[in-house]
Amino acid sequence: MDNFLAARLQMTVSFVFHIVFACIGMTMPWLMFIAELKWIKTGEQVYLDLAKAWSRGVAIFFAVGAVSGTVLSFELGLLWPKFMEHAGAIIGMPFSWEGTAFFMEAIALGFFLYGWKRVNKWVHLISGLVVGIAGVLSGIFVVAANAWMNSPAGFDWVNGYAINIDPVKAMFNKAWFQQALHMTIAAFASTSFAVAGIHALMQLRHKGYEFHIKAVHIALAFGTVAAMVQPISGDISAKNVAKLQPVKLAAMESLFKTSKPAPLVIGGIPDVKKEKVKYGLYIPKLLSFLAHGDFNAEVEGLDKTNKDGWPPIAIVHFAFQIMVFMGLLMVGAGILYLFFRFKWKENLEKRWWLRTLVWLTPVGFIAVEAGWIVTEVGRQPWIIYGIMKTSDAVTPMPGIQYPFYLITVIYLLLTFVVFWLMRRQIIAIHTNPQNINIHD
Amino acid sequence: MTDIIIFVLGIAVLLYVLLGGADFGAGIIEIFTGKKSIDTISKAIAPVWEANHIWLILAIVILFTGFPHVFASLTTYLHIPLLIILVGIVFRGTAFTFRYYDAIKDNTHKYYTILFRISSLLTPFFFGVTLGAIILGKIPANVHGTFYEVFISPWLNLFTFATGIFLTLLFGWLASVYLIGEAHNEETYHTFTKTSRIFLILLILSGLGVFIMAEFYELHFFKKFIHSALAIGCVVAATIAIPFIWRNIKRRNSLQTRLWAGLQTACILTGWFAVHFPVMIYIADGSHLTIWNSQAPERTMSLLVYALIVGIFLIFPAFAYLFKVFKFDNNGDESVS
Repeated sequence: MDNFLAARLQMTVSFVFHIVFACIGMTMPWLMFIAELKWIKTGEQVYLDLAKAWSRGVAIFFAVGAVSGTVLSFELGLLWPKFMEHAGAIIGMPFSWEGTAFFMEAIALGFFLYGWKRVNKWVHLISGLVVGIAGVLSGIFVVAANAWMNSPAGFDWVNGYAINIDPVKAMFNKAWFQQALHMTIAAFASTSFAVAGIHALMQLRHKGYEFHIKAVHIALAFGTVAAMVQPISGDISAKNVAKLQPVKLAAMESLFKTSKPAPLVIGGIPDVKKEKVKYGLYIPKLLSFLAHGDFNAEVEGLDKTNKDGWPPIAIVHFAFQIMVFMGLLMVGAGILYLFFRFKWKENLEKRWWLRTLVWLTPVGFIAVEAGWIVTEVGRQPWIIYGIMKTSDAVTPMPGIQYPFYLITVIYLLLTFVVFWLMRRQIIAIHTNPQNINIHD
Repeated sequence: MTDIIIFVLGIAVLLYVLLGGADFGAGIIEIFTGKKSIDTISKAIAPVWEANHIWLILAIVILFTGFPHVFASLTTYLHIPLLIILVGIVFRGTAFTFRYYDAIKDNTHKYYTILFRISSLLTPFFFGVTLGAIILGKIPANVHGTFYEVFISPWLNLFTFATGIFLTLLFGWLASVYLIGEAHNEETYHTFTKTSRIFLILLILSGLGVFIMAEFYELHFFKKFIHSALAIGCVVAATIAIPFIWRNIKRRNSLQTRLWAGLQTACILTGWFAVHFPVMIYIADGSHLTIWNSQAPERTMSLLVYALIVGIFLIFPAFAYLFKVFKFDNNGDESVS
């Protein structure tokens, strides 16, 4: 295998793996916080059980997230040393803030997971809140660093060196806000729908646990809000990408020719050689509106860029379509939930609704992965957009396919074990509810 | 500015060794003390290992923000040992957590335990190898050469082997000293006391081994140490600490023993640091990457200092409170859960 390809694949595997745990780490503390708050307010034991059951799962996810995040921070250098040599001084600042936030998160999590009996309930509750806030903040800082790769700022590039470095400008680059917003909401939507789906499944299998019904409600409250505001943040993102990275937008939509007005393509298979999209559904003028807020605006196509500056069109196109489709599924489910919640309450415990939720378990995470594929693959061939090519940043060490195989095997193994452990947690709860309290 | 950053970097490394290192050490100790110690060890490190691990993240972030050339050079030429460290970190953290949290206690715990112990042993060893390689002066200046010359020989030799063993023993020794205070019955107490004495003796021997290997590789440690007042002071202090620690182990005074052990480790690291300051990496062509010639521009450094100061004001009180609650409040009830 080509060294460069192996490095990219290793980064992909590491990232695809880590992002799931990162989303869970950002969202679950909030769900646990609400459950514990409800317990303190209502005194109902079921909420305490829920917070404890969740915290046992979170302990596992958080550990995997922490170590896989460590892998990524080293891989930045192990796989892309030339990138870090130049970018370290420019985007190190959000990473140092991220480190601080993550530190607070880990400390507060120590209290939350192990302090049920050691600190009083308010300190415990607040530690949950600190985990939640710090988790979201650390996510935002990391995404800001990534946004800089899409929208480099805060330096002048002279003869292959960065001078006049301004880390503040770099951190608050033009893409940071929309990317951080989109990702934070996505973390909440994906994790919440997954949690709701798992508890819906348990409710179908083990009737009579009030526990699962409450869990579905808390999760869907977060999931619905997140899913419904996400299209707004998506719109901000699309307009931003249209301005900052027109090639990426053209790839997402497989818009080969610059058009005025430009239609929106739904689905379809891009044929890069013939520069056409087969079997797509075209909606006239809509892309012009979505990208520039004007039905007759010109949208830059791939023809404005040399072919060697194109990202892999088909991958970006499919990933984008998948992300939007999964997002719309969640919006639909969110609307239904609102109707059921406030009007036709009898549907909430119907089998078909619970089954629907079960089917929706992975959609949020699929959307997250697809969205990151759009962001990362869509930026290619650049690692720092318009400044440094990814192929120029790769490590000179040959034989990167072996680390790639190694990391892939380890992560496949861990994925399997984590699923298996979650199953065992659930089995344990249903065979003996006392198991929730194992490690107070 | 740079001085402050180096100081914080040093503190982060020291705390990582004292705390994160001891968490690895606990896994090493478990190899020797076996099944009866699993419970004590698990309870001792579960609430704190993740927070302790972040000292490493902090050190890495400081390194790639403040000294990007050093980071790029390390990750390029020491790719292989760093990769092994990463794999070790992944397996140690996950195997430990899985063992602790798996709701069904059955045969699979055997596998978690094996993975936890092996990764706890290998990771510190390769940390030591990496540290040894940094000062050995075999890191090439560029990638011209065979794969072996560029990517293997800088870290695969007897000197790095000696530093690897030394660091492994140091981590194991620290863990055994801390664990004396965590023991909740006579049997484990005696086990940890015995283990910590054996590890102390091995540690002293391996320390001598590092010095001898250094002479063998013409690093002239003896000469360098004698020339630095701070370094020689540290060596003397670390040596003086040995009998105190020996006596305190016997006297069952866990807090004092921990303090002495911590001070001794701080002395070892400070001595190491004093001898090499301001060099960060010794390169094969005789040149050096120093703090001064590898640092990021002024503006990055000053912003990093602000971030670190704010971070430290947030982290230290929270961190201290974590240790107070889990390590010093009514230690006795550890056994009840």
